[in-house]
Amino acid sequence: MIAQSFNYEAPDTLAKAIALLQKYGDEAKILSGGHSLIPMMKLRFATPECLIDINDIPGLSHIKEEGGVLKIGALTREAEVEHSDLLKKHFPIFGDVTKLIADPQVRNRGTLGGNLAHGDAANDHPAVMLALNATVIATGPDGERAIPIDEFFFGFYMTALQPDEILTEIQIPIPEGNTGNAYHKLERKVGDYATAGVAVQLTLDQSGNCTAAGIGLTNVNPTPLRAARSEQALLGKPITEASIAEAAQYASEDCSPSSDLRGSEEYKRAMVAVLVKRMIHKALERAGVK
Amino acid sequence: MLKQITVTVNGAQHTAEVEPRLLLVHLIREVLNLTGTHIGCDTSSCGACTILLDGKSVKSCTILAVQANGKSVTTIEGMIQNGELHPLQEGFKENHALQCGFCTPGMIMRATELLANNPNPTEEEIRWGISGNLCRCTGYNNIVKAIEYAGAKMRGEEPASTEPQFV
Repeated sequence: MIAQSFNYEAPDTLAKAIALLQKYGDEAKILSGGHSLIPMMKLRFATPECLIDINDIPGLSHIKEEGGVLKIGALTREAEVEHSDLLKKHFPIFGDVTKLIADPQVRNRGTLGGNLAHGDAANDHPAVMLALNATVIATGPDGERAIPIDEFFFGFYMTALQPDEILTEIQIPIPEGNTGNAYHKLERKVGDYATAGVAVQLTLDQSGNCTAAGIGLTNVNPTPLRAARSEQALLGKPITEASIAEAAQYASEDCSPSSDLRGSEEYKRAMVAVLVKRMIHKALERAGVK
Repeated sequence: MLKQITVTVNGAQHTAEVEPRLLLVHLIREVLNLTGTHIGCDTSSCGACTILLDGKSVKSCTILAVQANGKSVTTIEGMIQNGELHPLQEGFKENHALQCGFCTPGMIMRATELLANNPNPTEEEIRWGISGNLCRCTGYNNIVKAIEYAGAKMRGEEPASTEPQFV
């Protein structure tokens, strides 16, 4: 399959890339890893007039810790996220999630920024970013803009990014205290989209009270979903089997999955409940509470 | 609008004028006539088109030829050195790790990066490592053995016997 003809630009600075976005507007697409975009172009679901390849722009690929904040460049490959020692220390959740994204060759190309900017609720990082309370940095003609993750996803393939903005960095607060996080998705085979996926991050104080809870759901809603009632069910008290069951129940009620080849709506709701329970337990274990 | 690109393939530099929509696998097969790299699914699922791009295994059906400009590509044709089979090629031959052979070039290119990153992988690591490559006839057991054989050989160890074991 061959894509429709397009112009190809490979700017070597962010400013040049943004100028091209201003020139082409909606008719341009950013090419980072390309493993969602190129298949869509081959199927003619996407027919951009211009592809702006950002792979030659320096400064967009890094994983670093600065002032209590983890900063990941948008062009950082999934394989780099998967094998980062810094991430293994605070965020074993990234090991969980990247291992389940596509396969090793695709992870050599696919980028964290692309996974988010694509705006697909079937992608795995959106739920993780909801659980970790990430902030998305977008760079446009007027400089950088910080977008809280809760204001980033608008609808199917729609995000808060403007046509002249590029997602350049993801910032994640490094949690204090006893914190654990975990992600799992149910998939039919390697490389499949999630039947259901759940990301959890929990922080506990010295007396075992839950001081912060983040729970994100993959592919069970038109947009990536924060399970807000589930988080509330855990907050401000020690986590018990009863409150875990309550959180699982709320998540299965508050999502809105559609029946498809991966399972019926009822089955997916049931799997959300199962995964919420399991990921809370795994996050607690990693927080050193068990 | 044609773009001029220069790509080093198996050590030799090639310059070509290509349409931006030309896929890397088509450059390799149809412009450079290196047909060892196969097209299976054409949807980045099967791994038959796996090649090395600057040493990283990638699926060349989902990369544009223009994206390889200034980069180095290794295909299965580049594995043989001075007339000697690469240990992975030898491993696949010795372990009967192919029947139809369609997936073999992609398997070998993927395994090349796997062993470069992890010279002594466990069986589980090998199976996860080739999870983006589908085989539809031999089955994976002999492919795993072939990669173990090559790993041993590349570490300077004696590979496990490939003689049939009768019990």
